[in-house]
Parts: sequence; structure tokens; C-alpha cells
Amino acid sequence: MWYHKPVVNEELLQSLPNLRIVASSGVGIDHLDLNLLSSYGVKVSNTPFIISTDTADLGMALMLASSRRLVEGYEMAVSPDTEYFPADWLGTEVSGATLGIVGMGTIGYKVAERAKAFEMKILYHNRSQRKKEEESAVGAVYCKKIDNLLQQSDFVLLAVNLTSQTHKLIGKRELELMKPTATLINISRGLVVDQDALVEALQKKIIKAAALDVTYPEPLPRDHPLLKLKNVIITPHIGSATKKTRRIMMEEMTESIQAGLAGLPVPHEVL
Amino acid sequence: LSKKVQAIYLWWHKPVIDQELLQSLPNLKVIANSGVGMDHLDLKLIASFGVKIANAPHAVSSSTADAGMALLLASARRLVEVHHIATSSSVDYCEADILGVKVAGATLGIIGMGRIGYKIALRAKAFEMNILYHNRTRRKAQEEQAVSATCCEKIDSLLQQADFVVVAVSLTPQTRNLIGKRELELMKPTATLINISRGAVVDQGPLVTALQTGVIGAAALDVTNPEPLPRDHPLLKLKNVLITPHLGSRTDKATYMITEEAVENILAALNGRPMPSEVLPS
Repeated sequence: MWYHKPVVNEELLQSLPNLRIVASSGVGIDHLDLNLLSSYGVKVSNTPFIISTDTADLGMALMLASSRRLVEGYEMAVSPDTEYFPADWLGTEVSGATLGIVGMGTIGYKVAERAKAFEMKILYHNRSQRKKEEESAVGAVYCKKIDNLLQQSDFVLLAVNLTSQTHKLIGKRELELMKPTATLINISRGLVVDQDALVEALQKKIIKAAALDVTYPEPLPRDHPLLKLKNVIITPHIGSATKKTRRIMMEEMTESIQAGLAGLPVPHEVL
Repeated sequence: LSKKVQAIYLWWHKPVIDQELLQSLPNLKVIANSGVGMDHLDLKLIASFGVKIANAPHAVSSSTADAGMALLLASARRLVEVHHIATSSSVDYCEADILGVKVAGATLGIIGMGRIGYKIALRAKAFEMNILYHNRTRRKAQEEQAVSATCCEKIDSLLQQADFVVVAVSLTPQTRNLIGKRELELMKPTATLINISRGAVVDQGPLVTALQTGVIGAAALDVTNPEPLPRDHPLLKLKNVLITPHLGSRTDKATYMITEEAVENILAALNGRPMPSEVLPS
């Protein structure tokens, strides 16, 4: 299964009586009905850890590109109309700023490790608090209430998985709690954010900017307002898109399939 | 008015400090430069008029190191390219066209391990990169260990091994055209050159050729010669080049800090006290 295709529904499962295993690329399994698959005796696997580093790297890349206005800067540097670079053209500093990580799993933690090297102040919100040693290693402070994180952060990075609890986790209320100078970075799933509320917040300058590797749907319809906003960077879900990682994902998926077909324990099985 | 001027705060190389200007300002005591680069100033000429000079080295190091990492990541993950794909009017693209390079485990070669170069090493270490560096002088052992950096006494060794080469030297007669045809040919054909120093440190003609013929893989340039480049320059048209408008120190925070450093230096000079960041012609 690659990028959520084919759609695995009752019809498909009924038409494939000998289906033993669905190997899904990446870590997210929000697109699969696990109960349905289980009822047909079909095993499911994913590729959970190999994608973490590249996805964390992309989160950092989006934060840096947004704050330093990289896309705009490139366009200015190459535009046929540019005669000089204006002296008052400035970006915002990442070093020393406050990063709020929503979802401190493997990916969120790797983002924290990277952000620490930029001397960022790190806050995090998670279903459960991390161990003390893990927190001190990255200098991260736990925010039991997401509100505290939202109110203090210059950058809010979403790294949760998509579940019924995280669906529209960031809506109008949460966006209004954020600083007007804050940037929202989403490397989780489009549906974690109430997209219409996000558009409005960006248009009304309730938050400053957004950098999104994920949207709903992917890709967005070509007339979608998010594509036109100057303060938005959108990338086409490239969190795990490096040659090395994709190769390893393929290898892991193949291993899982072979094990599944041989009746052996399946590596990276999702239960 | 010209007799009243005691200090100049130089913003982006203006005004031009030449013989004529210095002669017209008899009471000038100090010139404070915004930023750290001094290549646009004739230090000996200024000193001959008894005028002190200061730069702002501390204010720019974090922002410039951040910019270096921003360029490295944007280039490795093809950020600008794929943003254009994601927002273009057509949704047709091939998966293979948007694959980038994995940064973790890759080798970063830092040419110029001063304040900025070292801050880049600190950041790159967190990205699990292998770090090599080349510098006029070797860093202390504890400094090397703190960032797990290996010194390459010969620049060739660094160029041959690095997947990403970051140039963070100051521009001096020794570093002009430091990266030329020979150096580019020593680099891996898959390597990326990132320049956050000065355009003149890289020999631009050979760079264009190297990028066009696959001698190196890509370049990310925050600085060029001149700035901006003429609109018909080949660098503007190459797909594997990311150019940014000398934004290394262009942040709100760095701007305040540069100005604070400049004011401290100016006040010290005018009051006959030692200047925090005086630059002497050497």
C-alpha cells in the first residue's frame, strides 16, 4: 500500500479472498480500518521508525524556511524585476525562540533534539509525560494543558498521529490562543488541523504564518485559498521522501509481506 | 555639519568610506560596521586617519549559522522546488522527482570554523551528521569533541569526503577564489556547495560550469558577486541552484543586536575606553 492507495474497504476485501497481509508505507495508519481488516483475518504492517529522522528534519526545514522567508527570498533573488535587495527585508530568528511540540513521540522527540542545538526553548504537550531524563536531555518542559504551550510558543509543531482524539485538535480556539507572531508547522496529518479555521486565522493575521507538509485532501484543489496565501509554505507530503529512506521502507514492507505469506511473525505488525 | 561628525554607523556598506569622505570629516573618531564582514573597508586607509573601526561579530553568528542550516536543509529536501510543485496549477508530478537526500548520516565539511562555522557544527551534530572542518588554525580538542568534528589540515581531504560543503570564511586576499575549478573537481558529483561567506570566495565562472556539467550536484548561495546578480546570469536559471538575498543576518533580533553592539563600540571609542569589538588592520 502506497500513499493510501488502493482504498481498503469491505468491497475490496470481499473480492480478495486470499489476501493475507496489507503492508502500509510510512507510520500513519489512520487510513486503515483495523477492525475491518482483522475481521477478514488480514494482517497489517507499517514502517514506523525509519521515517522518523527524515520527518523531524523536514519539520526543522519548514520552520527555518518559514521564519527566514526562504521561498520569498529565492523569488526575490531570481526575479527579473529585482534591482537591489531592500535593507528593511527581515526574517525572524529561530535561535533562542520558543518551540512548542504537540505530540512528543519518536518524531517529536527527534525534533526536540534538533531544536535544542538552536538554543530554542522547548515546550511539549503529549498524552503522557516523558521520563525526566528524556526531558532534561533536550531541555523540554511539559505542558499538561495545550493552552499553555499555544500561548507561549513562537513556533507550534504538530507531530501527533491522527486518531479520533486528535481530529481537528487545532481549531479556531487553539489558533486564537497562539501568539499573532507565531507560526504553525504541520508534519502530522491534514485532519489534525481545522483547515477552514486555519485559512481564516492566516487571513486575519491571528497567527503569522503556516508551513504544511500535510493537508486535507492531498493535494488540495487548485483553487484552495491556502495555495494563494503569501505566508504559507506547502510541501507535497515529503516527510519521508529521501532516496535512502524510501529504499529502506520498501525493504521493510517486503520483509513484512514475505513473513505474512509464510505464516511467520510479521515485523512491524500493527495490532 | 561635517565637523560635527564623530562616529559613523555603517549599514550595508553605505556610505562608501574612501579618502574623500575621510578627509571631509576631520573629527571622525570611529566607524561601527553592521555585521561581521570587513572586506568592503580599507582598514589601513581608515587607520591612517586615526579612526577606529569596530564590527559586530556576536550579533550575527547565530542568525548566520541558522541560515546556513536553512539552506542546507532546503537544498537537501528540495523545499523551494516542491513548494512550487505543491502550489502550481497542475497536480501532475512523478514521485521520483520529489525525492531528496537524507541529511542524517551524511558528511558535512565546514570551511572556516570561526564563530559561525562552529555554531553550524553544533547544529549539524544534532542532525546526526559527520562533521569535518578546515580552518587556518586547529580548534582545541574539547571544542572538536563537543561537536565530534574532525580537522582536515588539507582542504582536499574535506572536499573529497563531504556530501555538503559549507563555506563560512571571511573574505581576505587568501580566501578570494578559495573554491575554484580545482576544488570543485575534488568534490563528489553528488555534493552540494553552500556559501554563506562572500560571493568572491567562490570562483563563480567555474561554479556555473561545475553545476551545468554535473561536476557537483547542487549549490545553495546566500551570497554572490555581485549582489544582486545581473538578471541574465546563468546561476539564476540553473534548476539545481538555490539563491537567497544575503539573508544570513537579516532577522529582527540580529538587527537589534548589531545596533546594540555598534552603539557600545561607538560610545567606548568616543569616551576613550577599550572597544568590545575593535578591528585592527593586520
